[in-house]
Amino acid sequence: MGKTLLDKVWDAHAVRELTSGQTQLFIGLHLVHEVTSPQAFAMLREAGLKMAFPERTIATVDHIIPTESQNRPLGDTQAEVMLSAIERNCREHGIRFFGPESGHQGIVHVIGPEMGLTRPGMTIACGDSHTSTHGAFGAVAFGIGTSQVRDVLASQCLAIERPRVRRIEVSGKRSRGVFAKDVTLHIIRRLGVKAGVGLAYEYAGPVFAEMSMEERMTVCNMSIEGGARLGYINPDATTIEYLRGREFVPSGEAFEQAAKTWLATASDADAIWHDTVQIDAAEIAPTITWGINPGQAIGVDEAIPSASEFAEDERAVVEDAYGYMGWSRGDRIAGTKIDVAFIGSCTNGRLSDLREAARVARRGRVAPGVKALVVPGSQAVARAAEAEGLDEIFRQAGFEWRLAGCSMCLAMNPDKLHGRQVCASSSNRNFKGRQGSPGGRTLLMSPAMVAAAALEGAVVDVRSLLAGEEG
Amino acid sequence: MSTESLIRVERIVGRPIPLPGNDIDTDRIIPARFMTAITFDGLGELSFRDARFDAEGGELAHPMNDPRYRAKGRRVAIVNKNFGCGSSREHAPQALHRWGIHALIGESFADIFFGNCVAMGIPCVTATTADIARLMQLVEQDPAHDLTIDLLARTASYLDQTLPIALSDGAAHQLLTGTWDATRLLLEAMPKIREVAARVT
Ligand code: SF4
Repeated sequence: MGKTLLDKVWDAHAVRELTSGQTQLFIGLHLVHEVTSPQAFAMLREAGLKMAFPERTIATVDHIIPTESQNRPLGDTQAEVMLSAIERNCREHGIRFFGPESGHQGIVHVIGPEMGLTRPGMTIACGDSHTSTHGAFGAVAFGIGTSQVRDVLASQCLAIERPRVRRIEVSGKRSRGVFAKDVTLHIIRRLGVKAGVGLAYEYAGPVFAEMSMEERMTVCNMSIEGGARLGYINPDATTIEYLRGREFVPSGEAFEQAAKTWLATASDADAIWHDTVQIDAAEIAPTITWGINPGQAIGVDEAIPSASEFAEDERAVVEDAYGYMGWSRGDRIAGTKIDVAFIGSCTNGRLSDLREAARVARRGRVAPGVKALVVPGSQAVARAAEAEGLDEIFRQAGFEWRLAGCSMCLAMNPDKLHGRQVCASSSNRNFKGRQGSPGGRTLLMSPAMVAAAALEGAVVDVRSLLAGEEG
Repeated sequence: MSTESLIRVERIVGRPIPLPGNDIDTDRIIPARFMTAITFDGLGELSFRDARFDAEGGELAHPMNDPRYRAKGRRVAIVNKNFGCGSSREHAPQALHRWGIHALIGESFADIFFGNCVAMGIPCVTATTADIARLMQLVEQDPAHDLTIDLLARTASYLDQTLPIALSDGAAHQLLTGTWDATRLLLEAMPKIREVAARVT
């Protein structure tokens, strides 16, 4: 009987079975950022413990970093305290830290893959729920809390239960203007935000096979929004080609050897999955959230659904969303006025995302009264985009071109919504207050759709803007 | 750490507080703007900040503002489905714990939130939709009694009602044996850890 990728990776990293029935799982790569780690380092110190494998942890600063100027000391004193704390902790424990001066700083889930730190068959943990992003490479990667960060610092291990695997097959072909973001929003819309609890999502089928690594990261990133702690895509030739030549990846013959091992971690054809879900790509339109969780999503050409379309026990959340977002019966999502447009985040802050957005941005100017931000996911993404002149395209269209960080995805830096502003956002969460204002409203969509909304001043179907353009 | 004795979590007794609603995310439990400190201190009063207070600091209707549920002391929260979804921030259970919550009973919990709670010695137990609805109603009518969560008997009891609760075997074992703070347990296997480390990238 065959095994899934999850089973292979799990078995290879299992230190032992604990009497609780959980696995003591070895974590190959531990990623650390400034918000969820200081308390863990304090716990370690309090317990009088040292790090077991400091060379297996890397750190960066992303959540609190300002995107207008990163000159020290940072303008916000609390942010400066956090940055100083992670610098100090990394120095003290001998952890490699990619700070603003390193040229490698960026969102932790952007820099790991781009440096080749994320590779197939690994176990990866980070005090951040979007660690699921790294599953795009066929890694078993998941978010943990601060007490568990302490456990990994101390022992490089976690006590954890093995999830069951749901295979999500998307067949057929995406139509033009339908991006990876639309595919993942559609999956969450179909299955719901709690369907993945206790499960790992394995994404399979022609639509994912055709995707670039950056698109695959967008999909795996949002596994957590569907309730799954982790999501992955089996490694294939696309994975191998992406990794070739990256900084932390071996070269020459060693690479060819590694590539064979990586490909062998893919799920076997006769593996047993917990269950399988089939989705046809033909049913996926450019998709936008209308509510207060990522499952409350619709196609751009649809009206806000009425409460009667939902299961009885979903209706309270639906009513809450109507009130918070300010919808009236029968409203359509297209034409909804926006105040802010945000392109960035670990979901959609990579080079290909910026290219798609720039393709739209160069066709016009940001509508009067709209504040439009482009925040590259990392310093490396920023450099690559600038080398192609994308920054100029954005600036000329009236977008602000910022420095790398999480920025308005969760607004722990000065980039925030105000009052009840409506934001077209390429990020991953539309929770109440997520973008920094307790009444702020978020519409999640693809970066191209955000750019289109910025030009229009309202939600618009990007396909109408791109009509007539070649592929 | 070896000097520390194991703290077994077997039975939690506290006044109930219903926190109704499905899909309550950790951004709502503790908004990100309150996470710019390097300790968890002071988070308790910031629990559910934006659901409890308007922009001017005026109180909104929320169970945590309700005098019936506000009395100091240990509390057991009653919740619905997928509580604690979204961000992995341990700030969320830390805030609830500092507010006074020592156990949660609900229809279901998000994975990472659940794991964070276990690692803090806080049980998140589940019961059926009907039982949770009944419990919430009972508490609404008459809130001034203790709710008992018994992990050994796998029951929750309030007034004259006792209902069955569920908890995964792994979490139950960790709480009941006092190994919810897993660090020491994990470190016991260091020779084996080194073997695996030598083998995997
Ligand atoms: S970009 Fe947003 S979701 Fe991603 S790590 Fe940063 S804050 Fe979290």
